[in-house]
Amino acid sequence: MTLHNGKLLALCVVTVIVLFGLQFVLPPYLTLALTRILILSVFAMGYNMLMGYTGLLSLGHAMFFAAGLYAAGLSTYYWGVTLPVAFVLGIVGAFAVSLVIGLLALRTQAVSFMIVTLMFAQAGYLMTLQFTNITGGDQGLTLPTDARSFGLFGMVVDMTSDTARFNLALLIFTVVLAVLFAITQGPLGRLFVAVRENEPRTQMLGFDTYAIKLTAFTVSGTISGTAGALYGLMFGYIGSSFAGFQNSIEALLYTLIGGPGTLLGPLLGTAVMTMLIDRLSGITTAYLIVIGVLLIVVNLWFPKGILGTIRDRWLGWLK
Amino acid sequence: MSEMRVEGYDAFYGRSQALRDFSITVKGGEVLCLMGRNGAGKTTALKAIMGTVRPAAGRLWLDGEELTGLPASEIPRRGIGYVPQGRRLFSELTVAENLEIGLMTRHSGQESLEYALGLFPVLRERMKQRSGTLSGGEQTMLSMARALCVNPSVLMLDEPTEGLMPSAIASIREAVVKLRDDGVAILLVEQRVDAVLPIADRVAFMNHGEIKARFDIEEVRSDKSLLHQYVGVGA
Repeated sequence: MTLHNGKLLALCVVTVIVLFGLQFVLPPYLTLALTRILILSVFAMGYNMLMGYTGLLSLGHAMFFAAGLYAAGLSTYYWGVTLPVAFVLGIVGAFAVSLVIGLLALRTQAVSFMIVTLMFAQAGYLMTLQFTNITGGDQGLTLPTDARSFGLFGMVVDMTSDTARFNLALLIFTVVLAVLFAITQGPLGRLFVAVRENEPRTQMLGFDTYAIKLTAFTVSGTISGTAGALYGLMFGYIGSSFAGFQNSIEALLYTLIGGPGTLLGPLLGTAVMTMLIDRLSGITTAYLIVIGVLLIVVNLWFPKGILGTIRDRWLGWLK
Repeated sequence: MSEMRVEGYDAFYGRSQALRDFSITVKGGEVLCLMGRNGAGKTTALKAIMGTVRPAAGRLWLDGEELTGLPASEIPRRGIGYVPQGRRLFSELTVAENLEIGLMTRHSGQESLEYALGLFPVLRERMKQRSGTLSGGEQTMLSMARALCVNPSVLMLDEPTEGLMPSAIASIREAVVKLRDDGVAILLVEQRVDAVLPIADRVAFMNHGEIKARFDIEEVRSDKSLLHQYVGVGA
């Protein structure tokens, strides 16, 4: 039995087309902001795969973002590899880290799982500070300007160009969205949700739930690392702040606001949060307090986030 | 004809023994009913067979193949289906998605789905509905249909009629009879005597984790004092 979600597919296509068109109407600073939103929403989409679809709440996803960031950034900085190769190395690095951490962390459950992922992430963060001579520590490393362009089909793609950055970010976002659509709307996605809904029952139907969770964890970490690699290479900077706890919490917040367990929720959540912080920080220095209150309100009255609430009340296909 | 044989299962919750030397054989085309008071060990027996409660001793065979010690996720793949008490659906998924997960277990084809939907036609009209919004009877039917999508040769049902309306109970009873007639071995845990007497072939009474007595259904039908003796109710 094959099931399709044509309405969601259509919405995804329209979303990508609208995003592409926005670069022609938005002022440059908003196009740059949208580039950042696209990359961070890839991070949140990775996080959503684990937290939203599989029901595993990680507090350490900055570790995977940083794994991609450092694997890609350091290989360019020290070995001078081209950006496409560095990007692939970033993805491979994030895959390896998430697989190893997943094998260990998934031996725990619930609160213990949260604590273990947090501890692993903190260990990773401290390592970036400990090996400052390699990573640059807090100060970070800036990629040399001549290393920030690459050739593609006879063209030179310059990562200091806003247009190139936006379109590349949109391309990667679209690819990740397509991959996640295929996963979440197919048999594997059903199993992720089954584990979230009732893990013992999933096991009694004949499924190895540890293997399912490990798959979700690895996919989630790899996509988060993809965002990290893209971020580092695109903006030419790698630093330990990306491995910090706040980065993990931001992925959680983007997902919570947009709607855990909805494909487009992380994009919406990232956009809302980023623009809110941008606007409020221009009005008051106490903007984090305002955002904190808003988050409490959203979580009290809309615990399933914006798209999650819409899905539950009106559009069941929005998942 | 399929046959499931359990021999000498012991199971513990901590230091408390919940199952003592539990042995049964159920064959294709028959309904064996496990009866007993609350806490007698009926549900534990089913969970031990499924491997979610690890037995401390005992052996399990299905159609001559030993399944003892296999991981819990492997037991259904060998052909033992389980419908737990309280239905346990994936409530956020639709009816169709719940059934799809059942089909994935043994890569069952459309035939298994059609067979399950043939037993519970009401589910056809609910395919796109979220399973958490179904009525209690429909949820039980979906739970059974999902277990049937695994294409089991043995089906274990844990109090499937609990809390249901008479019309839903009748539908489930009809389905059990059809399954039995089609050669499936049924192990039914039930407290309701009126639900058991018309469809069971044999009855095993449990108490304190042990099977205390076994009867053919005709013996129970003809001597109602047995019910009073072992489960404390009259028919």
